[in-house]
Parts: sequence; structure tokens; C-alpha cells
Amino acid sequence: MTPPGPDGGIAGHPPVAERAGHAPVAERRLHPVTPFRRAWAPVAVLAGWGMHDPDGVQAQLARLTTTMLLTGLAVLVPLAGLYGFLSWWCTHYAVTDSELRIRTGLLFRRTAHIRLERVQAVDVSRPLLARVAGVAKLRIDVVGTDDKDELAFLGEREARALRAELLARAAGFAPETAREVGEAPARELLRVPPRELALSLLLTGATWGSLGAALVVPTVLWLTTHSLWTVLAAALPLVGTAGANGVGRFVSEFDWTVGESQDGLRIDRGLLDRAHETVPPGRVQTVRIVEPLLWRRRHWVRVELDVAGSRKSVLIPVAPRALAESVVARVLPGVTMPRRLSRVPRRARWCTPVRWRGYHFAVTDAVFATRSGLLGRTLCLVPHAKVQSVRLTQGPWERLWLLADVHVDAGAGKTVTARLRDAEEAARLLGEQAERSRTGRRDAPPDRWMTG
Amino acid sequence: MPGDELEWRGLRPALVRVRRLLLVVWAVVFAAGAGVPLGLLVGPAWAAVALLPVALAAWGWRLVPRNWRSWRYAERADDLLISRGVLWHEETVVPYGRMQLVEVTSGPLERRFGLATVQLHTAAAATDATIPGLDPAEAERLRDRLTELGEARSAGL
Repeated sequence: MTPPGPDGGIAGHPPVAERAGHAPVAERRLHPVTPFRRAWAPVAVLAGWGMHDPDGVQAQLARLTTTMLLTGLAVLVPLAGLYGFLSWWCTHYAVTDSELRIRTGLLFRRTAHIRLERVQAVDVSRPLLARVAGVAKLRIDVVGTDDKDELAFLGEREARALRAELLARAAGFAPETAREVGEAPARELLRVPPRELALSLLLTGATWGSLGAALVVPTVLWLTTHSLWTVLAAALPLVGTAGANGVGRFVSEFDWTVGESQDGLRIDRGLLDRAHETVPPGRVQTVRIVEPLLWRRRHWVRVELDVAGSRKSVLIPVAPRALAESVVARVLPGVTMPRRLSRVPRRARWCTPVRWRGYHFAVTDAVFATRSGLLGRTLCLVPHAKVQSVRLTQGPWERLWLLADVHVDAGAGKTVTARLRDAEEAARLLGEQAERSRTGRRDAPPDRWMTG
Repeated sequence: MPGDELEWRGLRPALVRVRRLLLVVWAVVFAAGAGVPLGLLVGPAWAAVALLPVALAAWGWRLVPRNWRSWRYAERADDLLISRGVLWHEETVVPYGRMQLVEVTSGPLERRFGLATVQLHTAAAATDATIPGLDPAEAERLRDRLTELGEARSAGL
């Protein structure tokens, strides 16, 4: 670990005694800037109140005198400061050989024990203000954790060192060496140029759709009601959506870099808020390759993935197909992209008249793959090793046409469905898929990938 | 085709009795709830609406055994197979190594008729592997065997 910074001191606070036979574990505190992270909350509440009832606010403000305002501030500010300080004072974290412990709570004590071998990923994110203050947020993705289990904020250097240590321990390095391993060096695989990103957003229907809605709806409302407040109330969320879809995505996906290192794929991204994320090897449940209609001429694709216990979904916002596939091959080792997908039988047109043409399916040694969509196409891949259960369903209408659906359930709550296969083929598939997922698991790398 | 050489097991006949009992109870509740207010407030002829739940229940009375016959499960060497449904047929395969939790439940009505339900959970929320209407002893045997096999063949996420 780096030498303890201003937050490293735990003077006056004895470390928690372990169960008999275990050495006591040193507890650490978050960065002292943490109490200020919620400083905006009262302002937001006041602003929300103001938005909600503008006339009432004006009336209230008129009645307030300067003295009352000052007394209010004199009471509120120290109270908020005290609360911030106490909640910071009561938050500790400690890394043991097998788990990360986070102790929080002023009145209601809460201790989260996060098992290191279950850690899916550790991400460092630096929001704009945190970048100014030189601190970072550490989010630990584990199956079954919630938003509270993040360490915000840590000193920037400490966050990186802790992240490296957690990943090294999760990977199975011995505790003594885990601290010295440091962050594994990364090799850059892909960098999205700003021009390509901007163009890809311009070629996305959602950008134009939300922009159009933001322009049309307030205009129509103004013409029909002539009420400024109605127009504002409708326009603000729409403009917000349009901004998030266009500018927001550009800002958050700016300078998207995917690198490869021993502890998984690295994603660095963001113009204002920088994020540093990791996708550990072997934790990816499903991969989707999305191909919007307008991107097809340029052979661009977006790659999304699902990691159990993690909300992150985008691996590559936009990239040429060949390059994207080479990155996917790193995420799913030993997987080759299925080249020949089989169509559904012609009689499927009686079940879903137009869309049946879009349904494709393939199975290779390593993945179960389906493609759907006529205009924008989505290719879903599930490695056999990640299949949790296989289901075959057949409704009465499908039975009449001797068709059936095969569902493959992966972790992270995702199901990939091969729709409208021939009934006999589907029954065969059900048996074979169960067999494949079993053998696929046997060959899968171990959870602690450095020990395998 | 899976299942030709398998040892399929069915559910206990008592499940038909439980389901028919529930059917009758609900039919009476709905018939009374619809027929009595309508007959008193609108006119006696409207009380005939109460025949609708009764007719549906009569139809359901015949469907229950058909559905019961369609439910079956088989323990294979490495996975559990559950097959069910007449019109909407569904077959589920859950590899033992994927099971996170096996649950045996038995409500008051189920206990009265000597039944229990086994439910399997995997890491995928979509996995819907439930076997109702088992003999409690069989349910426990199944649970123990599944847990034992699950441990032996356990695989991570």
C-alpha cells in the first residue's frame, strides 16, 4: 500500500478484534473530503421545491428577513457539517485475506463483508469535482451487493493501489505479494476517435428522435395552451433526454480506450468524469453485438456485455466490425464469431409474419448465438460455460406449425432465445445444449484465475 | 429426443384433489360475488352471470387432470429434467452444478393433503424449475440428492 495519507491515520480508534486465532485487521478511513460529497443535497431539495411551486417560493422569500436567513444558515450549516463529519468518522474499511469489510452507519450500523473471490470487477471513477479535489471513487462489483458498497472518496493514488490490491487478491496472489504486484500493465487494444464517436451518435435514431421530440412537443404545447409553465414542465425533461442521448453520451464515451492486462480488459473513458473500469476474464455472461441500421454501410458495431453483479453494459460504443470482433475474442477466450447462422423454417411466417426473416441462430463449440432484427440487428452470444439452464417452450399455435423456442438462461438475469426452430431440431438442441454447457464448464478457467 | 430411455416420475394424485378444491372454492366465491349483488340490485335475470364462473370451473375441472398428467421430471446423470404443460408445453434442463439453492416448501393446504413443492434456484433469475405435488419424503430425498450432486459438480458463475 502507499504510505498512509491524511486518511490513513486511525489514531484513537482501535482496530476491530478478529475471531480467535486471527490477527487484528487494520481499519482505514475514507478521504477527509468525503463529508462534502453530499453538500449539494440540501441545495437540490430547495431547488426542487422552487421548481415545484414557484409562486409559493416567491411569497415565502418576500416574508423572510435577513436576520431569519442568517439564523437559518447558522443552524443548518453546522448541523449538515456535523452530520457529514460524523458519517465520515463512522465509515471504515479493511482488507483481510479473504474479504473487504466496509463498516458504515451513524445510528444504524451496517457492515458489508465482500468476499474477494466473488469480486467481479473494481472500478475507479473520478467525477469532475473529485478530479479537482484529487480524489476518486472505488466501486466494487460483486454478485448481490448494492450501491452502498462503494468507497467514496479515496485519495487518487490510494484508490489505484487499493484497486490493484483487491484485484490481485481476487486473482489469487498470496496476501504478502498482493500489495507489491501493483497494477498490471495494460496493452491498448482499441481507442475510439472522437470523430467516429460523434458521427456514430449522429447516425443513431435515438439522438434524432429525442431531439425531434424536444423541439416538436413544446412548440405544439405553446400553440395550444400558451402557458409558459406547462411548456417548461414538458420541455425540460425532453431537452434533458435529448442532451443525455447526444451530448451526454458523447461526453461520457469520449476517448473510450479498451486495453488488455492480466487482470482483465481495462476501459478508460470520459471527457469530464473519468472512469477506469475492469472486466475480469471469465466473468462475462453474455455479449451482444448491436448493429443499428445507419451504421451498417460503415460496418460499425456497438458491443454490449453483461457481467453478473455489475451494471456496466457497454464494452465498445462504436468500432469497425473486425476490430470489435477481435476485442470480443479477448473477452470470451476461445470463441470464434459464428459465420454461418441458420434461418428459421419458412413456415415460421405464420407465427410472426415479418420478423421471422430476422431470426437467425447458430451454435459453435464455445457459444450459443442468436441474431434478431430486420433493420437494426442484434447478435447475442452466450458461452456454453455460462449457461445456467435450458428451456424449450411451445405454444399451441407453434405446435400446429411444428415449431418451438429454445431459451438459454445465463447469469445476470439474461435469457437468449432461439425463436421458432423446427420442433425436432429444438428438442435435439435442448439435450445437446445441456451436454455442451456441462462440458464447457469443465474446461472453463477457475474463479481465481491466477491460480489456475 | 431426450427422454426415451429415462425414468420419468410423475406427481402425486392428491395434487389433482387440491387443485380441484381450490377451483371449486374460487368458483363459489366469484359466482356469489357476481351473482348476488347483480341479482339484488339489477334484476333476478342478471344473477345468471354467476353461471360464468361455474362454467369456467367445470371446464377447469376437466383440465386439471390433463395438466397433472403432463407434469413429470427425471433425474439424469448430470442434470434434472422437468417437463410440463399441455397447450403451452415447457421443458427445462437444469445442470446439477448450476444449482445455487434447493427449496422445499409446503403450505397449510398442501400439508393437509400430504404434498410438498421443490424449487430450484440458479444464478439466472429466468430459471423456472419448480416441481409441485410431491410426497414430502420424496421431496426431501430429491432435495438431499440435488444438494449432494450440486456440491459434487459445483461450478462457479
